[in-house]
Amino acid sequence: MSESAQLATVRALVRRGLNEIMRVPGAAIPGVLAPTIFFLGLTAVFGNLTLLPGFTTESYQSFLIPVSLLQAAGFTGAATGVNLARDIEAGWFDRLLASPASRPSLLAGLVLSASFRVLIPAAFLLAVAFALGAHWPGLGGLVIAIVLVMGMAIVAAAWGVSLALRYKSQSAAPLMQAGMLVLILTTTAYAPLALLTGWLQEVARYNPVTQILEAARQGFVGSVTWAETWPGLLALAGLTAILTATALRGMRRATY
Amino acid sequence: MTGSLLTNLRVVAALGGRSVKQTFRRPQLMAPILVFPTLLLAIQVGGAGQAVNLPEFPKVNGFLDFMLAGAMVQATLLAGNSGGIALALDIEMGFTDRLFAAPISRYAIVLGRLAGTAALGALTAIWFIAIGLIFGVRFEEGVPGALFMILVVTASAVAFGGLGAAIAIRSGKASVVQGLFPIAFVILFLSTAFFPDDLLLEPAGTLAKWNPLSFVVEGVRDPVISSLSLEAVGKALAALALVALFGFGLSAAALRSRLRTGG
Repeated sequence: MSESAQLATVRALVRRGLNEIMRVPGAAIPGVLAPTIFFLGLTAVFGNLTLLPGFTTESYQSFLIPVSLLQAAGFTGAATGVNLARDIEAGWFDRLLASPASRPSLLAGLVLSASFRVLIPAAFLLAVAFALGAHWPGLGGLVIAIVLVMGMAIVAAAWGVSLALRYKSQSAAPLMQAGMLVLILTTTAYAPLALLTGWLQEVARYNPVTQILEAARQGFVGSVTWAETWPGLLALAGLTAILTATALRGMRRATY
Repeated sequence: MTGSLLTNLRVVAALGGRSVKQTFRRPQLMAPILVFPTLLLAIQVGGAGQAVNLPEFPKVNGFLDFMLAGAMVQATLLAGNSGGIALALDIEMGFTDRLFAAPISRYAIVLGRLAGTAALGALTAIWFIAIGLIFGVRFEEGVPGALFMILVVTASAVAFGGLGAAIAIRSGKASVVQGLFPIAFVILFLSTAFFPDDLLLEPAGTLAKWNPLSFVVEGVRDPVISSLSLEAVGKALAALALVALFGFGLSAAALRSRLRTGG
């Protein structure tokens, strides 16, 4: 199959992923609603943590919004996995496997569609956060945050695709969601590293998503610097490489 | 009459057992009950544990002591939702229709599901008490307090299960019940499940003061962080009775409507 045909396959799969939102607008609601509820709820519950000495900002909305954006990426990625599992159950994915399309282009179509789909909950979340008084991160800070969130959606989608190919059932959905939830929340999600306690402080120190989160957060709680940006980009590149390689391995092993 | 009562009790026990087994067999039903609340408990205790140093925070042995009750009630709220999803799946598959055609009380069918939810509620209470003991929670009221916690958590699973069952019977669709999952979190965030009401941001602080779930949480929390007070027990049981009456009333109405219209 020629390179242009492979690209056409990727484009078609991305368009199919986006069409689903246009065809079934209700399907996008949980992906938008869940991170928004968590953002509003956690802000109301833990908002006064900013009174603790050593907290890096006085606005918990600004501190939490990057977490919610990454959560949105996690939910969107998990939804990609669930949709693939549904396609496998229905036999539709077998037809793709039997087509001359290469496995990498099938994977690329699936994970790239997630990176575009996450823009819907991200835009909604940002609108809510700014309305509630979250700091404007500057154009640079906003672009970095969005790039990282789109990248995280690819990571989460690769995770979801791996599990969908492994279990071939929508009942693996909790595993897809829980895996990303753990990865994103065992970071400096609730408080700065110095204020975390016990095991979470150690885990957050070594969890690569902490670097991604801090890079996405920098504009919201202070100024944007290259020193805070590159570790996030590097961590994202590493996670993307590992999880897409895992998903590709599953894709190559898939039979019809 | 006695024979009929015994038959219906056997039906409740059989359907309750089936409901528990079904939950253990399906990860999508089990995960929200034990896995998510346990993960969130661990993460929130590690993430917001320094909150105990805030001047207005109640005197507690540790943040886990405070959070344990919230995790338990969260689990029962989600158990009610999972029970509703399972009942809706039974309706979708036609299993409930076969039960309706059997010579048993229709209410026994719903009670059977609730008996299963109650068993899961008791299990979650024991699970979180065990976690508390392993990680150093000091139960101020000792064994009687722990037993009281199991009782209230089990009762709250039944009460929230009644709401889940009502929505399942009314809609007959698992996706509708599943769609209400985020509502459970709204109710939780607007209560004192995770933080004292004096430290919640407004309007959550004011809403939490009137949210029945806050009274249930306080009733479960009381034996851990202080001695059992009659006021906390009374408010918790009254709140549970209110939720249960509302849920059972809605379930009964939905059941009558389903039997009348046939769907």
